[in-house]
Amino acid sequence: MRNLLFVAFIAAALVGCSSTPTTEAPVEDHGTSGATAPGAGGAQTGGAQGGNVSGSQLGDELHNPSSILSKRSVYFDFDSFVVKDEYRPLVEAHARYLSSHPNARMTIQGNTDERGSREYNIALGQKRADAAKRMMVLLGAKDGQIETVSFGKEKPKNPGHDEAAWAENRRDDIVYAGE
Amino acid sequence: MIRSLRRWLAVIALSFLPFGIHVAEAQLSIEIVGGAGTAIPIAIVPFDAEGTWPLSISQIVAADLQRSGLFRLVDTSGIVPRPVRAQDVEASVWRARNADAVVVGSMLPTPDGRADVRFALVDVVKQTALVQMGFTVAPAQFRITAHKIADIIYEKLTGDRGVFSTRIAYITKQGSRFQLLVADADGYGPQSIVSSNEPLLSPRWSPDGTRLAYVSLENRKPVVYVQSLETGVRRAIANFRGSNSSPAWSPDGRKLAVTLTKDGGSQVYLMNPDGSGVTRVMASQAIDTEAMFTPDGQSLVFTSDRGGTPQIYRASLLGGQVERLTFEGSYNVSPRPLPDGKGIVFVRRDGGRFQIATLDYATHQVQVLTAGPNDESPSVAPNGKLVIYESQDGGRGILAAVSMDGRVKQRLVAPATDVREPAWGPFPRS
Repeated sequence: MRNLLFVAFIAAALVGCSSTPTTEAPVEDHGTSGATAPGAGGAQTGGAQGGNVSGSQLGDELHNPSSILSKRSVYFDFDSFVVKDEYRPLVEAHARYLSSHPNARMTIQGNTDERGSREYNIALGQKRADAAKRMMVLLGAKDGQIETVSFGKEKPKNPGHDEAAWAENRRDDIVYAGE
Repeated sequence: MIRSLRRWLAVIALSFLPFGIHVAEAQLSIEIVGGAGTAIPIAIVPFDAEGTWPLSISQIVAADLQRSGLFRLVDTSGIVPRPVRAQDVEASVWRARNADAVVVGSMLPTPDGRADVRFALVDVVKQTALVQMGFTVAPAQFRITAHKIADIIYEKLTGDRGVFSTRIAYITKQGSRFQLLVADADGYGPQSIVSSNEPLLSPRWSPDGTRLAYVSLENRKPVVYVQSLETGVRRAIANFRGSNSSPAWSPDGRKLAVTLTKDGGSQVYLMNPDGSGVTRVMASQAIDTEAMFTPDGQSLVFTSDRGGTPQIYRASLLGGQVERLTFEGSYNVSPRPLPDGKGIVFVRRDGGRFQIATLDYATHQVQVLTAGPNDESPSVAPNGKLVIYESQDGGRGILAAVSMDGRVKQRLVAPATDVREPAWGPFPRS
């Protein structure tokens, strides 16, 4: 009889797998939410460069595979936060986009390879995100348009354990609000 | 028998795997891979009437003591009649088996369904009973009682407080599923505290053992949460612009140190456990993170690259002086203060290998405890004698533990699971 009860219990427990975080009891979030979360694009005003900036046009530019704006990753050397010259055009393009679309918002997500302390890597990833942001602000983007966050080593693009994987993981990823 | 029921549990849980549902909790199994040079030979005689109960207290006691690496179990078979009380123990018999100590006991039922648990610890060299004790407990408390008995024996024979009654928190990753779990120190009974599709890290016990702080990436950025273990209710206490991470409790449980990037750069702040009262501790142009309170509550040890490479520093919370602590090598991080206040455990990188080491404040001596190459996230047991940490085995994350003299080594593994970020819980409140 106890075996049957255990079966029922296990079945009930396993069925409860969901995609959002679960805790033992109902989650109540009393967050100190000072985050400037990227807005969903905001109101449409007349385009700074003449012409209408409609929602679909915003989408096209950013996702057109032949546009540099569809490229979203900047890669870094080991122990480095310097945006290498080869990525300047990419950073510049996104900066110009932000500059000409004052309501656009982005998040730059900094990442590291898998070596070393998780918390120190959160800080390193943050430094990489901040480096790209600094360059964009110098090139015309507004500070309030860019949030920088870090995933440290927690979200690798490449799960491997060699130099090639590490190089792919030392990166900033650019994500626009609403994506 | 509880063992066969647990086997049923495992069989039934595994049979659901083909449907894409995996085992809810990852059970840790712990093995000794290195013992102290001079282990104390001890005989744990099965307790009288033990077999009539679903749980054998003497078996848990024996497993605890053996797992500590400081004891060697002596064969108890073939002694007839079985000794039950201190006066039943014939010293010559046990000396002949090279035992230094013998534990005997009984678990006699009481009329109300509980057990009258009695045990004696006998020193067969000095031929004296060192401890004689009894507890009347319900079967639901047998496990806790066994750990308590093991703690008493451990303390009597080693002089140090035992940690068999403590719990550990740890994080598992199975595919894209992350869980924060809490289990007994022997790996028994893992409870899922948080379950998520995004990474979790940095679990930290409140000093009273009732709450866990941790970092979650579920909001697409690092956010610090504090969650009650009893109710499961949690609060996001640090969700500022940028990244919020590295929570650490003050010894009195009234403050947390956290790393925030809201003012540009990773810097250390203090706040109340509800997220209010945010104050900045230091201001530097560098990365400051991994702050931990010293046991006297008066300083923080932390990681900073203000000197060019990540090193460990100590900042006084009273006067604000900052002192560098590590000078060897170019990568010293993750400081964890020792409970006696005399130094820290930390992680160093040496020739590309990440290792666990200790630093003594007075002598400035660094002692390397592990070989690496990928050892990190250490957590010190509350008696200051063992360090649990994250290691790798064949590309998979495991936990390991090592004694402060580097001799006792344990491996803690869960099947088909990456295990990481252990946090050793405090002594239970008595």
